[in-house]
Amino acid sequence: MTDQEPLIRIKNLYKVFGEKPKAVMPLVHEDISKDDLLAQTGHALGLKDINLDIKKGEIFVIMGLSGSGKSTLIRHFNRLIDPTEGSIIVDGVDVMSLSQKELEEFRRHKMSMVFQRFGLLPHRTVLNNVAFGLSIQKVPKAERDAKAREWLSTVGLEGYEEQYPAQLSGGQQQRVGLARALCTDPEILLMDEAFSALDPLIRSGMQDQLIELQDKLHKTIVFITHDLDEALRLGDRIAILKDGVLSQVGKPEEILLNPADDYVEAFVRDVNRARVLSVDVVMQPPINRLTTANIDEALKKMRGWDEDYAYVFHQDEYQGVVTQDSLEEVCEHPGTNPPLHECCEDGPTLQPDMSLQDALPTMLESDYPIPVVDADGGYQGTLCKEGMVEALVNSNDVDGDVKTSDAA
Amino acid sequence: MALKDIRLDMADSSWLTKFPSMERADLVALRKAMDGGFREFSRSYGDAIEGFFDPLLYFLVWFEKLLLNAPWIVVLAVLVGLTYAACRSWKLSGLVLGSFLLIGYFGMWADTMRTLGIITVATFLSLGVGIPVGITMARSDRVQSIVTPALDIMQTMPAFVYLIPVVMLLGIGKVPGIIAVVIYAIPPVIRLTNLGIRMVDREVLEAATAFGANKTQRLWNVQLPLAMPNIMAGINQTIMMALAMVVIASMIGVKGLGQPVLKSITNQYFTLGLLNGLAIVAIAIMFDRVSQAYAKRSQKYLGGMHGD
Repeated sequence: MTDQEPLIRIKNLYKVFGEKPKAVMPLVHEDISKDDLLAQTGHALGLKDINLDIKKGEIFVIMGLSGSGKSTLIRHFNRLIDPTEGSIIVDGVDVMSLSQKELEEFRRHKMSMVFQRFGLLPHRTVLNNVAFGLSIQKVPKAERDAKAREWLSTVGLEGYEEQYPAQLSGGQQQRVGLARALCTDPEILLMDEAFSALDPLIRSGMQDQLIELQDKLHKTIVFITHDLDEALRLGDRIAILKDGVLSQVGKPEEILLNPADDYVEAFVRDVNRARVLSVDVVMQPPINRLTTANIDEALKKMRGWDEDYAYVFHQDEYQGVVTQDSLEEVCEHPGTNPPLHECCEDGPTLQPDMSLQDALPTMLESDYPIPVVDADGGYQGTLCKEGMVEALVNSNDVDGDVKTSDAA
Repeated sequence: MALKDIRLDMADSSWLTKFPSMERADLVALRKAMDGGFREFSRSYGDAIEGFFDPLLYFLVWFEKLLLNAPWIVVLAVLVGLTYAACRSWKLSGLVLGSFLLIGYFGMWADTMRTLGIITVATFLSLGVGIPVGITMARSDRVQSIVTPALDIMQTMPAFVYLIPVVMLLGIGKVPGIIAVVIYAIPPVIRLTNLGIRMVDREVLEAATAFGANKTQRLWNVQLPLAMPNIMAGINQTIMMALAMVVIASMIGVKGLGQPVLKSITNQYFTLGLLNGLAIVAIAIMFDRVSQAYAKRSQKYLGGMHGD
C-alpha cells in the first residue's frame, strides 16, 4: 500500500487572491509573509507551496481552522478554483491541462463532492437530487432513478424519495448529499466539512456510517474538517493546514505523538488520546517469550532475564503467564513434571488494534505487562502501565520508546 | 485701489446671482439642430422601423379581434379556466368571474378586452426581452454596469418624454403604444431576474458545477428554478406597471379603458372616469392575485424551509 503511485498528487500548489495574482508570485517565492504581501500589494496568500500525495483507497483528512485555506485547497482538486501556480495530477491526468469540456467530463465521472451546507436543490425531490449527477450525464430517467433509489436505501433514507430537502432534518439532508455523491460512482469523494453543520450526536452517527460505507466501497476520500477528533477518527492520514501552509502530514498517531510544531502541538493537547491511540502504537517490543514445554529449560532461560515473569506460547498460541517463583515451586515437587503450558496462569491479552481506552480496564487489573497478541495468535509486543501512562500524559517524553512506524 | 477693484467687480458680478447659462440664441440653435436631426432620422428610417414592428402589429390586431369577436361567454370561460388552472382556488376564480360580469354589465366589455389584449402582449414582450436581458446581466458585471443606468433612466424619465420620439418615429397607434408600455414595464422583470440569479445559493451552484454541469445545465437546473421567486415577483410588478401605463398610452391612440378615462379628465365626467378606473383596478387585482397564487403554488417545496 505504501509503494504504489499516489492517486492524487498536488505539487507546488500556490493560490493568491487579488487583482493580478501572477504578478506578485515572485514576491511569494521570496517567502514574503502573508501580512506583508497583503499590506504591500493588496493580494491575499491563500495557499503556499502545497505538496500532497493521496493514495488510492485512503481517507485523507485535511484539517485546519477557519481561514487556513482548507476549503480553498479542496476546491482545487476538481478545479472549482484554479491555482495560481502548481500542478494537480489525478490518476496520471494533469487536471490543469483539461479543456472546459474535458473538465466537465472529469467532474462527472472521476470525483464528486459533499458540501458543508449540503448544496441540495430545494426545488427537486430527494430522489431527483440523488439522481442529479446522472441527469447531468444524460443517463435515461428509469436507469438513474433506479440507481438513486439504491443509494438512498444504502444511506438509510428509504421512503423519503418524494420529499423535498426542506422537509428533512440536517442529518438526513447530508445523507442525501452523500447518496448524491456516491450515485455517480466516482473514484474520489471530496467532502468539504461535510459533517460540521450537524449536531454532535448526528455527526458521530454520520462518521460511523462513512466508515462503514468505506469498508465496503474503498473509495478515495478527501475529507476537510476543523475538528481534530473527527480527523483522528476518520483519517488514515491527516494533513494539518495553517495559514495556507501545510504544517504536518502523517498518520493520526504520528501527529498525536510527534507534533511537528507548536501549532500542531497546541492542537493535539486537548485530544482524548485514549480513544485515538491504539495498543500497537504504544506497545513495547515482545519480551520473555517461552515456547518450550520443558520447565527446567524455561527456568534456565528465565534466570537470564531481568523480569521474573514470562509469557508462555505453545504451538504458536498464547497460553498464559508464569513467574519464576511458581516454576521453582513446581520443580520442588519431583515426580510431577507437567509441560510448561499446563502450569501457567491464565492471563489477559490485548489486541493490537484496540484503543487504549478499551485496553485500560484490563491493564489496571493486571500485575504484569500484558502481551499483545493478534488475531492469528502472533505475539506482537507488550504493554506496561508505565508505557500507557506516558503515552496518555505527554507525547514528547516518550518519543524514543514509542513505535510510530510507517509500515503498518 | 484694492477697494475700488472690488467695488468694480461687485458691479459686474451678476454671475453670482444669476447662473451663467448659454446664450438663448445658441440654445435655440442646438434644439433646432437636434430636433432637425431626429426628424431627418425618422423621415429616412421611420418606414423601415415601422416595417420591423409590423409582425407585432399584426399579432396585436389579431389577438384583439379574437378577444372582441369571440362570444363573451367563451372568453369569460377561458379566463376563469385559466385562473383556476393557475391557482387552483375556487374563491379566486369566483372573484374573476364576478369582476368580469360587473365590467360587462356596466358596458365596458369591449374596452376591457382591448386593454386585456394590449396588456397581455406587452407583458409577454417584456418577459421575452426582459428575462434574457436579466440573465445576461447576472452573468456579467460589465453588462450589469451598462444596463442598470439604462433601467434607472427608463424608470425615472417621465413617460410623456419618451412618448415624443416614439410618436415621431412610429406615429400614433397600437405599436408606439405597446412600445411605451414595454419601456415602462420592463425594468422590474430585468432587475429581479438579475437579482434572483445573483442571489442563488453559491454552494448549490458550486455543487452543480462539481457534478460536471455546464453553463446551460446550471442555468436551467439551478439558477432559473432557484431565482423563480424573484422572477415571479418581477413578472407581477411588470404586469402591474403595464396596467398603470394604460391611461398614458391612450394619449397616443391606444384604445381601451384608458380612453374613456382620458375623456372624463378633459370633460369632467366623474362617474365615467371612476367606473373605467375601477375596471383597471379590478384587472390589476386579478392579475396580481392570480400570478401570486401561481408563484406560491409552484414554490410549494419551500414550505417548512425554516422549521427543522
